Amino acid sequence: MTDKQAHPDTQSLGHPTRRDIVVGSALAPVVMGLPLRAEAQSPAGSAAPEMVSVNLTVNGRLHTLMLEPRTTLLDLLREHLDLTGTKKGCDQGQCGACTILIDGRRANSCLTFAVMHDGAHVTTIEGLGHNGALHPLQRAFIEHDAFQCGYCTPGQICSAVGLLAEGRAKTADEIRELMSGNICRCGAYTNIVAAIQQVVGPS
Amino acid sequence: MINFQYARPHDVADAVQQIAAEPKAKIIAGGTNLIDLMKMDVEQPVKLIDITRLPLRQVENTPGGELRVGALVRNTDLAYHPLVEKHYPVLASAIMAGASQQLRNMASTGGNLMQRTRCPYFYDTATPCNKREPGSGCSAIEGLNRGHAILGTSDACIATHPSDMCVALVLLEARVHVTGPSGGRVIAFADFHRLPGNTPQRDTNLNPGEIITAVELPAKGFPNNYTYLKIRDRASYAFALVSVAAGLELDGDTIKEGRFALGGVAHKPWRDPDAEAALRGKPANAVTFGRAANALLRNAKGYAHNVFKIDLAHRSIVRALTQAARGTPQSQSAKKII
Repeated sequence: MTDKQAHPDTQSLGHPTRRDIVVGSALAPVVMGLPLRAEAQSPAGSAAPEMVSVNLTVNGRLHTLMLEPRTTLLDLLREHLDLTGTKKGCDQGQCGACTILIDGRRANSCLTFAVMHDGAHVTTIEGLGHNGALHPLQRAFIEHDAFQCGYCTPGQICSAVGLLAEGRAKTADEIRELMSGNICRCGAYTNIVAAIQQVVGPS
Repeated sequence: MINFQYARPHDVADAVQQIAAEPKAKIIAGGTNLIDLMKMDVEQPVKLIDITRLPLRQVENTPGGELRVGALVRNTDLAYHPLVEKHYPVLASAIMAGASQQLRNMASTGGNLMQRTRCPYFYDTATPCNKREPGSGCSAIEGLNRGHAILGTSDACIATHPSDMCVALVLLEARVHVTGPSGGRVIAFADFHRLPGNTPQRDTNLNPGEIITAVELPAKGFPNNYTYLKIRDRASYAFALVSVAAGLELDGDTIKEGRFALGGVAHKPWRDPDAEAALRGKPANAVTFGRAANALLRNAKGYAHNVFKIDLAHRSIVRALTQAARGTPQSQSAKKII
């Protein structure tokens, strides 16, 4: 079973992405019958999951899905909607790579169940730009070279969008403190703070 | 993570009925600790009762002059609430000292009280832990216990309560409103959390089937002379080694009333009336503060890797009371400790 077959509402992107190649290369173990998906990981004897209907507007588009209640919002985005911009880092709320905006507020998508957000509006890194133009924070991250490997960057940028909306961070100290939930393994913090400070404006 | 049933009660009574009917069910609100524990199989609820849509999000003054905080008020909303910033800045500061903004945006007031210890052995299902599996033993007493308790420990458990918010709430003598199958009751904050004793599996005095509906703050908030000083391994987004909430009422240089409470040192937020008695009527200076610290730490007991916490706690108490007396509370963004 592939992600595409499991989730018919997935749209074709029209050209192969890194994700397609990764998914394609994962077909071999599927043929051999190795478990890849959550159903196969259920402990023996546990009850069959009761699927729950969830309505979620993601980046302006309404999705209606049947989900196991244990599906995290992060797994919903990545595995069911193919929105793989949101990253799974630690999967326990310690790194911030999975940061998204739920009804405009930044949150760790790994530490919340999708079913709890029935009716909510979610924004991911894929939904920040408009009409092909980057969000000012995306532009600022590029201008300031605010990343190296890029893995934490979607979370950093979504977190910074939330920070801007909160309106509490004016100084570099305040930006650093209110961005402390986003860890950058490459240590690009200096440039991340500079990029955010540029968009926040002079203190 | 095991499968579970999901339910969304339509009111508090329905939530109480559902939680009372299924002992293996769990209430979920912010979920930031519970989901983490479920991923580690430390918690394995058969049913989650999602209370996030219940009308428990108000922050409002009561006729008696208290501030009543609904159990579902998110940490960020509480810390940034104008009445909290103005009248209870020590609470706002303590909240902002904990976790990250993403987590504070999700975490609820009631959930903060109900969070479990971050003792690594509690999280590691391959090791004995009396809190997770009563009678299995404590891996921390002879293990890596640098982050563990120095006060109120038992032979069964030396875990700490991880909250910052609760340290401020015990200082402010908050009251916890709960509702259960036999009706509502109010629990003084100091009586809400338990010491481990022989039953470390019980963190709180909440009875089965009871849920928190609100936390109420008495009028006295120490808005002028307070601080929340948190000492940790990195300057943000880490649990406390030692934290101190302090509030003073001064008459010139004399302490009319002084309170202080510690986090990171015990199984519950730690406050000691005998230690506070050493402040009353005394000059607000380092000698007085040192005596109060000695009193609070008189029964402190260190383990192989956390003996340093006794000295650290002493110095932190003196520093925090000094900050409070000077009216220079610790900033949670500018990290320099003054």
